Amino acid sequence: MSGASESIAIPDAPPARAGVVAFLRRHPTVVIGCTLLLAIVIASIAAPWLGTVDPISINPGQRLKSPSAEYWFGTDRFGRDLYSRVIYGGRISLIVGLSVAALATVIGLAIGLVSGYLRAVDAVVMRVMDGMMAIPAIMLAIALIALSKASVLIVIIAVALPEIPRVVRLVRAIVLTIREQPYIEAATATGTSLPRILLRHFLPNALPPLIVQATYICASAVLIEAALSFLGAGTPPEVPSWGNIMAEARPYFQLKPMMVLLPGIFLAVTVLAINLVGDGLRDMLDPRLARKM
Amino acid sequence: MYVFLIRRVLAAIPVVVVVTIFVFALLHLAPGDPAAIIAGDLATAEDVAKIRAKLGLDQPLMIQFFTWAGQLLRGDLGNSIFSAHPVSQLIGQRLEPTLTLTVMTLFISILLAVPLGVIAAWRVGSWIDRGVMGFAVFGFSVPGFVIGYVLIWVFAIELDWLPVQGYTPLAKGFWPWLSNIILPSVTLALAYMALIARITRAAMLETLSQDYIRTAHAKGLATPHVLLRHALHNAAVPIVTVIGIGVALLIGGVVVTESVFAIPGLGRLTVDAILRRDYPVIQGIILVFSGAYVLVNLIVDMLYTVLDPRIRY
Repeated sequence: MSGASESIAIPDAPPARAGVVAFLRRHPTVVIGCTLLLAIVIASIAAPWLGTVDPISINPGQRLKSPSAEYWFGTDRFGRDLYSRVIYGGRISLIVGLSVAALATVIGLAIGLVSGYLRAVDAVVMRVMDGMMAIPAIMLAIALIALSKASVLIVIIAVALPEIPRVVRLVRAIVLTIREQPYIEAATATGTSLPRILLRHFLPNALPPLIVQATYICASAVLIEAALSFLGAGTPPEVPSWGNIMAEARPYFQLKPMMVLLPGIFLAVTVLAINLVGDGLRDMLDPRLARKM
Repeated sequence: MYVFLIRRVLAAIPVVVVVTIFVFALLHLAPGDPAAIIAGDLATAEDVAKIRAKLGLDQPLMIQFFTWAGQLLRGDLGNSIFSAHPVSQLIGQRLEPTLTLTVMTLFISILLAVPLGVIAAWRVGSWIDRGVMGFAVFGFSVPGFVIGYVLIWVFAIELDWLPVQGYTPLAKGFWPWLSNIILPSVTLALAYMALIARITRAAMLETLSQDYIRTAHAKGLATPHVLLRHALHNAAVPIVTVIGIGVALLIGGVVVTESVFAIPGLGRLTVDAILRRDYPVIQGIILVFSGAYVLVNLIVDMLYTVLDPRIRY
C-alpha cells in the first residue's frame, strides 16, 4: 500500500516531514480521523466553556424537553441538560480509552518480554494467555465489575485485563524473531548487557507495532466501556458517560429516539476517529503490516 | 489424521483448565469482600455470613476450588443466589433465543462478507474495494447497541415493517420468528462482517498474486472459476481462522444486542445477574461462553486439515 519512503518518517530530518505531508495527502481518511479526534478531545477538555451547565444538576420542572435554544439536545427524565451530559460524557470515554491503552500496553510489554526471553516461563504464560483469550472481553469485565463497587478505576482495570494477552502475543512474537538476528548475537558477543539490548535493539523494533496496537486497544476500550455502562455494569450512574446516558434514555426511545441516538453518534464518531488514526499510524509506521491487513 | 485430532483435543484441555481457574480466581482476586458486595448495601452481618457460607467462602481456598471443580465435572454449575434454581437449568431455559441469534448472525455474516471480500480483492483499488474497506472500518467502529437503535428507529418505528423488540420461538410460526430475529441478527452481524470481509480481502490479495493464478488465467479459465476454485480455496485457512476467533466478538455482542432487543436469551440472563449481583449465574454463563469459544476453535482447527491437506501437526 505505502512505499518505503514513509517508513522513515519518524526521525526529525526535513525529508521526513515532506514524507508525512505526502502521506497525509494520499490518505485523506487519516486527516479526517485526526481532525475528528482532535475536536472531540478539545471539546472534552474545554467542556465547561462550551455553553454547558452542570451535567448532574436536576431540574424536575424541565423533564424530557425536546431540543430548543436553551436545551440544545433536550433534557432527560430528571431535567438534566443532555447537551452538557454528552459533552462531559466524552471525558470518561477518553480517560478510560487512554488509561486502558497505557495500562494494557505496559503490562503486556513486561510479560511479553519476560515470556519471549525465558523459555521456562513461556509455556506457562502462553497457556494462561490462551485461557484469558477464550473468555469474551465483555464477560470478563462484567465478572470483575459485578464483584466490586462501581468506580471508574475498576472499569479501567476490568477493560484492560482482557486486552493484555493481545499485547503479550505481539511483544513475544517480536522478541522471538529479533533474538535470532545476527546483530543481537553480535551485541551479546561483544558483551552488551541485557537491559541495553532491550533498550537499544528491541524497543526501536517493537515500538511501531506497539503504538498501532495501543491505538486499536484505545478504540476497543472506548467501545467496551460504553457497552458496560449501557448494560449497567460500567461507570457509576452519577458520572455521565455515553453508555449510561443511552441506558437512561432507553425507556423513552420510541417517544424521543434522539435521546438515545445523539450520545450514540458521539460514541460512534469517536471510535471511528481513533480507528482511522490507528489505520493511518499502521500504514505509516509499519508498511509490511499494512499490506497484510 | 486421528493422531492430529487427538492431539488437538488434548491441547484444548489446558485452555479449559486455565479458564476454570481464572473464573474461580476472579471471585477471590476482586477487591473487597465478595460476600458483602453480593449481599448489597442494606444487608446485615448475618445476611453476609449466610451468603459467605452459601458460596463456600468460609472454607479454605484449595477445598473451595476442588469442591467447585468437582461439581463442574459433574455438570453442576451451582445454584443462583437470587432464585435458588440450579444455574444449569437457568442457562438451559435461555439457550434457544441465543443460539437462534448467533446461528442467524453467522449465516448472514459469512454469506455476505466472504463474497464482498472476494470482490474487493478481485477489483482492488476500485470503488467497490473502497466501499468494502470503508464499510469494514465503519462496521468495526459503530457499537452494536447504536446500530441496533438506528435500525429499530428506521425499520420498526418510522417504516413500521418489523417489530420493535421481543422474541418469538420458531414453534409459533416461521414469519413471527423471522421478523423478530432479522434486526438483532443484522445488528450483531455488522461488526463480524467487517472482520470477515477484511480478512477475506487480505487473504485473497495474497493468493491472487501467486503464479498459479496467472497460469490459470493464461490457460483461459473463466474468472469466477479462478476466483473461487483456485484463489478462495487456497485463501480459506485464514478466513476460517478469523471466523473462529471472531466468535469471541460475537459472544460479547450477544449480551448487548439481546439487551437492546429485549430477547430473553443468555445475554439478558447476564444483565439480570449483574443487577442482582448473582455471581454463580455470571460464573456459569462465562464458563458456557468460553466453552463454546474453545469448541468452535477446535472445530476450526479440524477444518484446517480438510481445507488444506498439507497441514499436519
